[in-house]
Amino acid sequence: MEHIVIIGNGISGVTLARHIRKLSDKKITIISAETEYFFSRTALMYVYMGHMKFEHTQPYENWFWQKNRINLKKGYVKHVETKSKTLQFADGDILQYDKLVIATGSKPNKFGWPGQDLDGVMGMYHKQDLENLEKHAPNNKVCERAVIVGGGLIGIELAEMLNSRSIPVTFLVRESSFWNGVLPEGESEMINRHIRNHHIDLRLSTNLKEIKSDENGKVKSVIIEETGEEIACNVVGLTAGVSPNIDFLKDSDIETGRGVKVNRFLETNIPDVYAIGDCAEQHEAIGNRRPIEAVWYTGRMMGETLAQTICGNRLKYNPGHWFNSAKFMDIEYQTYGWVFGSKGRPDNEVHFHWKHDDDTKCITVAFDKNTNTFLGINTFGIRMRHEVFDKWLTEKRDVDYVMKHLSIANFDPEFYSRYESEILRAYTNQLQTV
Amino acid sequence: MSLAKPDALDITNKQKIALALGIIGLFILALALFNTNFPNKGIFLSLSLGLISVGTIFYSREAYLNKLEGIKNDGQWFKSVSSRGVWGWTLGVVLTTFYIVLYFYPKYLGLGSAKDLSDNSGLISLFDPLSQLLSGRNASQWFVYGTLYTIAILAFGYKFILKYRHNRYQQIRTISVMFFQLGFAFLIPEFMYVMNNDLPYYDLKSVWPLNYYIFDEWSVKGFLSNGNIGLALIVFGILSIFVITPILTYKFGKRWYCSWVCGCGGLAETAGDSFRHLSSKKRSAWRIERWLIHTVLVFSVVMTTAMVYTYLGYKSNDFWLTRGVFISLVIAFLTIIFVGVMYFKRQELGKDAKYGAMGFFVTIALLLIMHFTGTTEQLFFVKASSLRSTYGIYIGSIFSGVIGTGFYPILGSRAWCRFGCPMAAILGFQQRLFSKFRITTNGGQCISCGNCSNSCEMGIDVRHYAQKGENIVRSSCVGCGICSAVCPRGVLKLENDSMKGRINPTEVLLGNDVDLMKLLNNK
Repeated sequence: MEHIVIIGNGISGVTLARHIRKLSDKKITIISAETEYFFSRTALMYVYMGHMKFEHTQPYENWFWQKNRINLKKGYVKHVETKSKTLQFADGDILQYDKLVIATGSKPNKFGWPGQDLDGVMGMYHKQDLENLEKHAPNNKVCERAVIVGGGLIGIELAEMLNSRSIPVTFLVRESSFWNGVLPEGESEMINRHIRNHHIDLRLSTNLKEIKSDENGKVKSVIIEETGEEIACNVVGLTAGVSPNIDFLKDSDIETGRGVKVNRFLETNIPDVYAIGDCAEQHEAIGNRRPIEAVWYTGRMMGETLAQTICGNRLKYNPGHWFNSAKFMDIEYQTYGWVFGSKGRPDNEVHFHWKHDDDTKCITVAFDKNTNTFLGINTFGIRMRHEVFDKWLTEKRDVDYVMKHLSIANFDPEFYSRYESEILRAYTNQLQTV
Repeated sequence: MSLAKPDALDITNKQKIALALGIIGLFILALALFNTNFPNKGIFLSLSLGLISVGTIFYSREAYLNKLEGIKNDGQWFKSVSSRGVWGWTLGVVLTTFYIVLYFYPKYLGLGSAKDLSDNSGLISLFDPLSQLLSGRNASQWFVYGTLYTIAILAFGYKFILKYRHNRYQQIRTISVMFFQLGFAFLIPEFMYVMNNDLPYYDLKSVWPLNYYIFDEWSVKGFLSNGNIGLALIVFGILSIFVITPILTYKFGKRWYCSWVCGCGGLAETAGDSFRHLSSKKRSAWRIERWLIHTVLVFSVVMTTAMVYTYLGYKSNDFWLTRGVFISLVIAFLTIIFVGVMYFKRQELGKDAKYGAMGFFVTIALLLIMHFTGTTEQLFFVKASSLRSTYGIYIGSIFSGVIGTGFYPILGSRAWCRFGCPMAAILGFQQRLFSKFRITTNGGQCISCGNCSNSCEMGIDVRHYAQKGENIVRSSCVGCGICSAVCPRGVLKLENDSMKGRINPTEVLLGNDVDLMKLLNNK
């Protein structure tokens, strides 16, 4: 029986394993150095906030794996020997595979800041990071202030986490406005205000110079690059993005760039070795997508696709329309299709932006200024239907159509106030003034 | 930065004061329980209930109003009371003890032995002034219980509204349960008594089989001996379960009752809200649930049929509805439903069809055995009345009260609704098969975080469906809407839509290759 070995028990690897099991009787082994069972990484924050316990982040009960004949192995793969199809583990174990899938995800970026490895400096990615945070920031007596470096999705989640325990937070963001490499101006600025409304000390256009240590090798303070200001703190969160977690492949024959290089079939340069999820790097980007997509959904889709290939139906990774979502403190965000921030926005893309007076809801609709074709939507504080936008994108609807039919796409709970007519009015007015 | 910090784990000084007010209010009740004879009971009762309410309101305002609107579950698994810690167990024991005394030893609460309860003492006599005011009679233990129950729903309902002040569905739903508790369960029955004191107590919104005594002999006689109004009430009782309930459940799902109207649900949604996450989401719990709740349903159908059966005659001289006619009608009705479901909905039931058939045949067998072995005095070879009292004690009192509510801090807020309520079983059966209601899953947006499952008071593993892009159509869902509220990615929406395509299992989620979706999802 063919032995499929998957390194990494995140959403990509587990989706793959589940689908292989549905399609075949192959022997499946999932390896993880992090945890025994699959958990939802995106839910780690809720454990620290006390909304859930760690066990609740596990989407499948523990009996699931045995019932579906998916072997779980806890261990750290130190070396991959592709010629003999052998994995060597840090503890000396070895494992033979017939097909190998690398799904090891990401690790937090560190940019060589002085003091970045001190006690009390951490990312917020692995389960171990959560345990580390629990140790260094159990409450606001032990941790009197935390500094977060890097204004992305994980940074704001970490800020929300610390806030839930009343730990004062200083949030250093390199950009001039929160996540404005991705979000258009109006949205990004609304989130700036929302962060500050939560009493978080948001510092824009601010870089970290160094992290200072006390006499025990523990974080004492950080120094700001621009002003030289010293901010006393007990915890430093490094959340300046993530990069593929593939150090263990350095001395293997598998071709790597920033991530594991794969073709559209998610195959690496070595036969029978594949890579999926955050750690996979496409030779060429697919459409507007980045070559490395560190997103939950894309990891899952790669898993769904590769299962076909491994089970005999060789299939290209061919994702549909882009979508994503996040939550910024209390404000939910969804996006369908492409809406670019000021950076990297194509010339033909123009935006319609509407914001509610309460400063917690807004939408941005992107369309082609030449053809009027609807390109995508960002929505904050209003839920929208994935299915409807997917269909409109496929049908290449024009922006007028989308604006007039926005109510079909509404996905807010029953009895919520609706804003479609207000949005449409604003849209029509804007067209007349342009 | 001199800004007030939201504090999840410690309570503020104002909250401490609020807590103290509430405790003083409870302490007055405790003093009354231990037979302190307050001089002016009306004043002390008002003081006690007032302090409890004001304390809760004041505490809630402090807890929520100085924070931004949003999900407020910080620390729910850290706080002792809401995570089965010492305070949780203590509260559970106190509540359980209270229920045991209430149901089985009301004299310890001070219930008098005179027929007009003129010799009430202790806690119950403290409530005499209020009862006199409303209906001109002294308080019974049920009046005391009803008052405290109503106060709990109103005060904690207010808290819940503040907690979800960004969510109109939650607010309107909570106002609804507060209204039905105050009006239908508490005030209207008292006023009905004032108008006609021979009528049995009837909470109009309490439908058979939750209201298991409505077809008891004393109850039916009480209604029938009271002319047109009594007749109208019992007709309403029958229409409620056979006509009104199916129509509303078809249109809105069982939530119209369970989380908008029902008193048990009302308490669970308000006072029980802090415990909702404690319900078990394990598959093993689901298995127990399905056996238990349907066993209770069979028991309640057989018991009610038996009760009506006992006071019907053998011959049609007195009344056309004889025992033989009645038992035939019941069996015919159950058979029509069974055959209808098996014919039209066999596919949707899947593996459950076998269990449904078992339930049906067991019920029919029991009814036939009863009919052919029963005597005037005995059914199933035991005294007929003891069958009814067994149901009353074990299901009506111990299961719904002692375990259902007493165990809030241990089993979560809906243990009764989930494992025991026969009404919920009937509505759930209908919701699963003939209802427009579902929780729609939003394409491929789920991140499997588990907030939905965690907050489901009915123990549904919502995530199991959401992460497959599948709508949630479950008989136990009471439609409280909290899964949708806590979802950080806007994945879940409660809605009534067409029956077609509401159950939509998928292999590959929206967002992936359209050809792959076609290949796998249209099998």
